[in-house]
Amino acid sequence: METFAFYFLAISITILFTITVWSKNILNAMTALAAGMILISGLFFILRADFLGVVQLIVYVGAVMALYAFGMMFFDATGTVKEKNRPNFTVLLLGVLTAVLLVGIFTAPTLINGVPSFYPEMAGATNPQAVGLVLFTKYLVPFEVAAIMLLVAMIAGIILAGKKMDNSISRMSEEELKAQLEKDSK
Amino acid sequence: MESLVYIALFSPLVGSLFAAMFGMSPKKQITGIVTSILLFISFLASVNLLMYVWENGPIHVKLMDWIVAGDMYIPFGFNVDQVTAVMMTVVTTVSTVVHIYSNGYMEHDKGFNRFFSYLSAFVFSMMVLVMSDNFLGLFIGWEGVGVCSWLLIGFWYHKEDVTRDVNPSISPAWAANEAFIMNRIADLGMLVGIFLIYWNVGSLQYDEVFKAVPSMSHGLLVAIGIFLFIGAMGKSAQFPLHTWLADAMEGPTPVSALIHAATMVTAGVYLVIRANPLYSEIPEVSYFIALVGTFVAIFAASMALVNRDLKRIIAYSTLSQLGYMFAAAGLGAYWVALFHLAAHAFFKALLFLGAGNVMHAMHDELDIFKMGGLKKVMRWTYIYMGVASLALCGIWPLAGFFSKDTILEVAFNEHTYIIWFVLWLTAGMTAFYSFRLVFLTFWSDERYKKYGFHPHEVQNYVLWAMLPLGILAIIFGWFKEDFVEFVIKLLPAYEMSEHTEHMVTTLTVLTMFIALGGIWVAFKMYSERLVRKEKVENSRIYKILSNQYYIPVFYERAISKPYAELSDIAWKEVDMQVVDATVDGIAHIIEDSGEASVQVQSGNLSDYLNWMAIGVILLTILAAIAAL
Amino acid sequence: MIGLGHYLILASILFAIGLVGVIRRKNLLMLFFATEIMLNAANVAFAAISSYHNDLTGQMFAFFIVAVAASEVAVGLGLLILLYKKYGSLDLDDYTMLKG
Repeated sequence: METFAFYFLAISITILFTITVWSKNILNAMTALAAGMILISGLFFILRADFLGVVQLIVYVGAVMALYAFGMMFFDATGTVKEKNRPNFTVLLLGVLTAVLLVGIFTAPTLINGVPSFYPEMAGATNPQAVGLVLFTKYLVPFEVAAIMLLVAMIAGIILAGKKMDNSISRMSEEELKAQLEKDSK
Repeated sequence: MESLVYIALFSPLVGSLFAAMFGMSPKKQITGIVTSILLFISFLASVNLLMYVWENGPIHVKLMDWIVAGDMYIPFGFNVDQVTAVMMTVVTTVSTVVHIYSNGYMEHDKGFNRFFSYLSAFVFSMMVLVMSDNFLGLFIGWEGVGVCSWLLIGFWYHKEDVTRDVNPSISPAWAANEAFIMNRIADLGMLVGIFLIYWNVGSLQYDEVFKAVPSMSHGLLVAIGIFLFIGAMGKSAQFPLHTWLADAMEGPTPVSALIHAATMVTAGVYLVIRANPLYSEIPEVSYFIALVGTFVAIFAASMALVNRDLKRIIAYSTLSQLGYMFAAAGLGAYWVALFHLAAHAFFKALLFLGAGNVMHAMHDELDIFKMGGLKKVMRWTYIYMGVASLALCGIWPLAGFFSKDTILEVAFNEHTYIIWFVLWLTAGMTAFYSFRLVFLTFWSDERYKKYGFHPHEVQNYVLWAMLPLGILAIIFGWFKEDFVEFVIKLLPAYEMSEHTEHMVTTLTVLTMFIALGGIWVAFKMYSERLVRKEKVENSRIYKILSNQYYIPVFYERAISKPYAELSDIAWKEVDMQVVDATVDGIAHIIEDSGEASVQVQSGNLSDYLNWMAIGVILLTILAAIAAL
Repeated sequence: MIGLGHYLILASILFAIGLVGVIRRKNLLMLFFATEIMLNAANVAFAAISSYHNDLTGQMFAFFIVAVAASEVAVGLGLLILLYKKYGSLDLDDYTMLKG
């Protein structure tokens, strides 16, 4: 059963992501990407990383893809993307080379065996419980830092995408600033 | 007592720093006053120390650890023993007088503040030199006085270079560099000597070094003695490194009085006196020193015979007297050398300051052929210079008599009759050129009127400031017995043999005779009016003497010019063709490769991503290889 | 039975796909998608190793990667919008201001 699930998921994800990379239509690409993300959470559930799977669903599929979808409203996304793609030869060479190298390295027996575990999963605790225990003790500082980073990113996103962000008040001369203020007050 | 040592040492430094604060600003009288007062304080402290050492023996203080590295341990210590106390008193006395004098002399100079800063810095360095209890401290002071001397000779650095015919010293800047470079050559010798000492003794403290002297091999002692003496030769301007001293007269006259007559140039003599346990062990080197000193004595005196430059004559006389000191030190009569050093400091400084007055009155004219008859307008200067000249000639009962006569007795006592004879002859020459100067300046016909000068006496306080030196030049010799009693606690006593004791009266009379003879000849030739004899002035000997034996010209042709040419070749051939070409080549390669690789920077992010991917792959391959 | 190797090979392949996307595409939005794919590939590898070694460290890293990805999208998308508003194009070939 697990074997079947893994192969199913693996093949589907590969296909979906390939579509994302190759598609000329942004909507198609995004849909395939979202589908791939959902299927990846399935992989996480197989790996008994329940909490990570849920986070994957909520953050990626729920938030990130929704953000892309909203962002898409600003762009002309209905038509096909016109772009001069790189010659396939270069792409294939680099891509295949990377794949082969990574696969070679990852399957090297020395890497897979004999790695000691720092924070083993506790007996009797469910995965979210164990994750919570480790995250809020050993990784508390990085966690807080990540929180601040997200806050900063949120503010940055708001400011960047907000209105009139393409003209900077601090760089205007006095006259320009006055004109701007008058325009605003009307 | 420790605090007195520090007061004596550091108050000139404080004065120097104070004056340096106003270095770039226009003249402020306060700098001159403050430095003079601080120097006077230093003088009082030195005299106190002299008294204290007289009664209680040497003082030794350690300021701090200086260099502590591995086995090397050099504390920053000061030692005030009999010799140092004498040197300190001499230095601070002359310095104080010169400081006060300079207030008047430099009155209208733009660099008034700067001058006092340098002058006090010099005194500080000189104090470090004489007070240090080890060779390294001495060397620091040695270099310090060298730098200050350079600064002060070149004080009027803005004067243009002229040819040798117009001014034998070319320019103050040139003279300063000459002095500095010659001293560097000699200092290298001294440094080698210090290295040798450290190498073999493992310490640079005087007492430890001299304790180790008897156990060292003779050859080594000779080497150390010679190298240290090379240093002394440079600082005290002994042949063949003598040319800088006469050229150093380009500096302001107070500087000549303080540095190039009374204090710095005697540092070499001080070194030999200080290292007397070393030189006592190597009589052959000592004898060589005596010979060099004797040679310089007559050599310099001969040049002074015909010179027309007021200050240069006195400078040659200084050289000559330094020769006397070295002769005495070389013959083992260290206290006699020290005694002559002190006496000479007083009357020579006085002589120079008097010369400064004359220069001041004559608007910096130095040619004594253009003076004459000045005794009417400059009575006090005339008296001072007359006293100083009498003291220099060794006329009883002035200071020079006691010291110079003793040197001659020593030379006789050592059975080195040639040295005695040469020094005796030199005494006559000294008398002649000293009084040639005095008569041509103050007596004879009033030639200055022809040249349109209006000489006037200097300020009263300047004359008063010179008074201590005048008194010392007269009475210093009377304290010979006390002086001997004092310094032989440290220096070896020198006993005359019975035979010499019998001869003393005869010798004294002989010396007096030649000195008075010299004065008499000068009187005959110059007291009435200046008579210039074409035949004499065109004679070969006169030419050689007035051109300083052509030694400056020889140095320039044989050393400076070839060196300049060599430097030119090194610059044009080696530096430009090889070194620069190599460096430029490297730069060209980098530039060309930069030009070639600039197209990588297409500005397109996608291209960059490609390059990045290639980089990632390369790194991965590297990682894989490393893992294998 | 599925081993750790299977997951790692899958992660490598996904990463390669993402890299191919980054190299091949010129549209900035597509580049973002490709970046997401690469990040997810890394997450898969982390989760797999974490699971097979019975070690939560891998999952922790995965969480932080998710957080980074989320911030990256927020800021990156804001920038994209700004860029699009200003120049009306998301094609990298249109932006060569940094040409040397």
